[in-house]
Amino acid sequence: MAAMFSQNPLMNGPNYSVNDAPRVNAPEGAREHRFDPYTDNGGSTLAIAGAEFAVMAGDTRLTSGYSINSRHHPKLFKIGGTTADQKDATIVLSVVGFAADGEALKEKLDAVCKMYRHRHGKPMSVKACAQRLSTILYQKRFFPYYAHAILGGLDEEGKGAVYSYDPVGSYEREQCRAGGAAASLIMPFLDNQVNFKNQHIPNSGEGHALQERERRPLTRNEVEVLVKDAFDGAVERHIEVGDGLQMMVITKDGIEEVLLPLKKD
Amino acid sequence: MDHRPQAWGRPRDDVYGAYDASYLQTNGPKTATQSPIVTGTSVIAIKFKDGVVMAADNLASYGSLARFTDVKRLRPFLSTSIVGFGGDVSDMQFLDRHLNELAIDEAYEHESTATTDTDSPSKTGQLNAANLHKYLSKLMYRRRSDFDPLWNQVLVAGFDAHAKPFLASVDLRGTTFTSPSLATGFGAMLAQPIMRRFAATEEDAAALTREQAVDVVKECMKVLFYRDARSLDRYSIAVVTKDGVELSEDEQLEKQSWAFAERIRGYGTQVV
Amino acid sequence: MFRNNYDNDSVTFSPQGRIFQVEYAAEAVKQGSVVVGIASKTHAVLVAIKRNAEELSSYQKKLFPIDEHVGIAIAGLTSDARVLSNFMKQQCLGHRLTYGRNMPVRTLVDMIGSKAQINTQHYGKRPYGVGLLVAGVDEQGPHLFEFQPSGMTEEMVAFAIGARSQMARTYLEKNIDKFADCGREELVRHGLRALKESLVQDRELTVDNTSVGVAGAVKVDDGSTKVEPFQVYDQQDVAAWIESVADDKEGGAGAGEGEGEGEGEGMEVDS
Repeated sequence: MAAMFSQNPLMNGPNYSVNDAPRVNAPEGAREHRFDPYTDNGGSTLAIAGAEFAVMAGDTRLTSGYSINSRHHPKLFKIGGTTADQKDATIVLSVVGFAADGEALKEKLDAVCKMYRHRHGKPMSVKACAQRLSTILYQKRFFPYYAHAILGGLDEEGKGAVYSYDPVGSYEREQCRAGGAAASLIMPFLDNQVNFKNQHIPNSGEGHALQERERRPLTRNEVEVLVKDAFDGAVERHIEVGDGLQMMVITKDGIEEVLLPLKKD
Repeated sequence: MDHRPQAWGRPRDDVYGAYDASYLQTNGPKTATQSPIVTGTSVIAIKFKDGVVMAADNLASYGSLARFTDVKRLRPFLSTSIVGFGGDVSDMQFLDRHLNELAIDEAYEHESTATTDTDSPSKTGQLNAANLHKYLSKLMYRRRSDFDPLWNQVLVAGFDAHAKPFLASVDLRGTTFTSPSLATGFGAMLAQPIMRRFAATEEDAAALTREQAVDVVKECMKVLFYRDARSLDRYSIAVVTKDGVELSEDEQLEKQSWAFAERIRGYGTQVV
Repeated sequence: MFRNNYDNDSVTFSPQGRIFQVEYAAEAVKQGSVVVGIASKTHAVLVAIKRNAEELSSYQKKLFPIDEHVGIAIAGLTSDARVLSNFMKQQCLGHRLTYGRNMPVRTLVDMIGSKAQINTQHYGKRPYGVGLLVAGVDEQGPHLFEFQPSGMTEEMVAFAIGARSQMARTYLEKNIDKFADCGREELVRHGLRALKESLVQDRELTVDNTSVGVAGAVKVDDGSTKVEPFQVYDQQDVAAWIESVADDKEGGAGAGEGEGEGEGEGMEVDS
């Protein structure tokens, strides 16, 4: 009988579609919180360290569910410049995951870098910035920033440096890293193409005698082509990746930014 | 006599009875907005050559009940920006009051310097749409982080610091994004594809005239009224340009044609 | 010996209606070396004379960047200035974070004004022993503000504070009509000339003792303003400016009476 009247909002409160309905099995009186503070805004990022440069890249699509919210929403941020336009910045942060947390994380790190400059009269090194980013993430260990962060820059010796993080702050310096929705598609490609995994010298022997191809640092041009290929591949197979490719190349002369088109489907 | 230190200075249980600490207990969930109650549906907006057009209907629904049919969901800010609210209406009204305070503070702050420039509605230095959007995004993000969200998706339209048309969104989780056209709720499915045909890129939007933009928005409002069951044919439309905000809060959908309904089969009583 | 009974704290008025502690704080400002600020329609500049306590020591900084659009010049207790400067930096950063814009200079100055006033009305507190010139640009263009330990703040076209600053002010008053339309370089030169007026007889502007700070807001074609971030120039960067005002007699020595305080007397000022 009650089911007959269940559509009457005045008796039962407003009606919702099935999975939106408030749950009623909460402890006495108070209803259970069903607000989910996180969403996944899709997208993918990628970073490769070279001998004297670092390349950061990310697509510019922002999704929620099957909707494309924006076709141009950058995931790469210059960090620690003296001015708001970050003209003289030397470090790049990429964040992918929950966009609002990513934004908050970026602004927090940038504020930290600015105060560091005020206090010490010099810019933060990538190494210091990387350590600090880990601390910032860990400080929210029990309500984490839901974001996969990658930090890129040049180290004290001028070599390309890429640091990658998990959402709660454990981090590692790496040669390359892919993050976000299509990380699982891009990372194996990178293992093969950047670190030459599973590449062997033809006819060098059978079984254990088979020799691995010698590793060498990639040139800047090779890396840029690699990045574009990686994203073209990801766009083909992942619905949350596409629209535009934002790429930043960090060299001793500063940061160059490139915007390339990706498929919009 | 109880000689234990922890009993010193306390009322004696044998005289006053054991202390009832139950009302001090704070376990159990804290109550906050857990779901929207009275809601507004889509807000849509599109940029054009020298400004932004935004529209939202005048309905506030209580579940499936069309509860209030004269609710204004577009709100001007400092006569230079427009804020459109989707989602919970009480949270919208809270934000409205809050933005009023902000606008008053801002007006006082610039009172002493607001002397000459009378040709422009915006007193230079006052919060522009980009500043306002930034502020709202911080507010929404803070509230979500406190697990006490303002259950809205908000569109902000106006101009940025470079005097370029500005349009951006912020939702109950503090997620922000911008685009040449934006729509909340059902509008994201129904209106956004239509608007993107006219303004897929910023360059496209910069080529649109005001009339074109208004026509597109009106067309979208019609589609939304046809297909969104929680919508109304009375709506508000706002055009923000350098000359200020023109807000009309009592528009009627024109040239409706329900002929297509004849051909729909398979819903309700019509089985074949 | 005469003993003033009304200067033990900053909460007691004297029968004449004065608060001596606040007036003493204003004296501390006059112990600091002179700083000059001028604002035109496009730029705001600060120039300062730096002192070194002794030949072997370095020169005490006088100009500090606060945010990309604001800088301050200080006269008085450097350590008090650092507290204010840190506060201003934090406020500017916070404002930029919440609104995504440069903090309006007036808003910023009002904040330190209120902060300093509190120290003049609470028992056990001490007024800041430093005066500031705050120069910056915001969406209304360039600004110059004066700040005093009493909490008084006022917008100025041009101003000078610190030891023998009356001479500089006289120069500024004489030339006040020229400032509004001055270009960047000319404005700096006016500042340096004003500074020279305040120098003691046998001292000169050198690359070691002169600091210049400039912020600008130049209108570009599309109606928006391009902000030239506040930047401090020292050493060789000011050589050309000093050279350009080396032997011109324009403006001449004003009829400034000068307060004639002795240099640094016991108090640890920004020598």
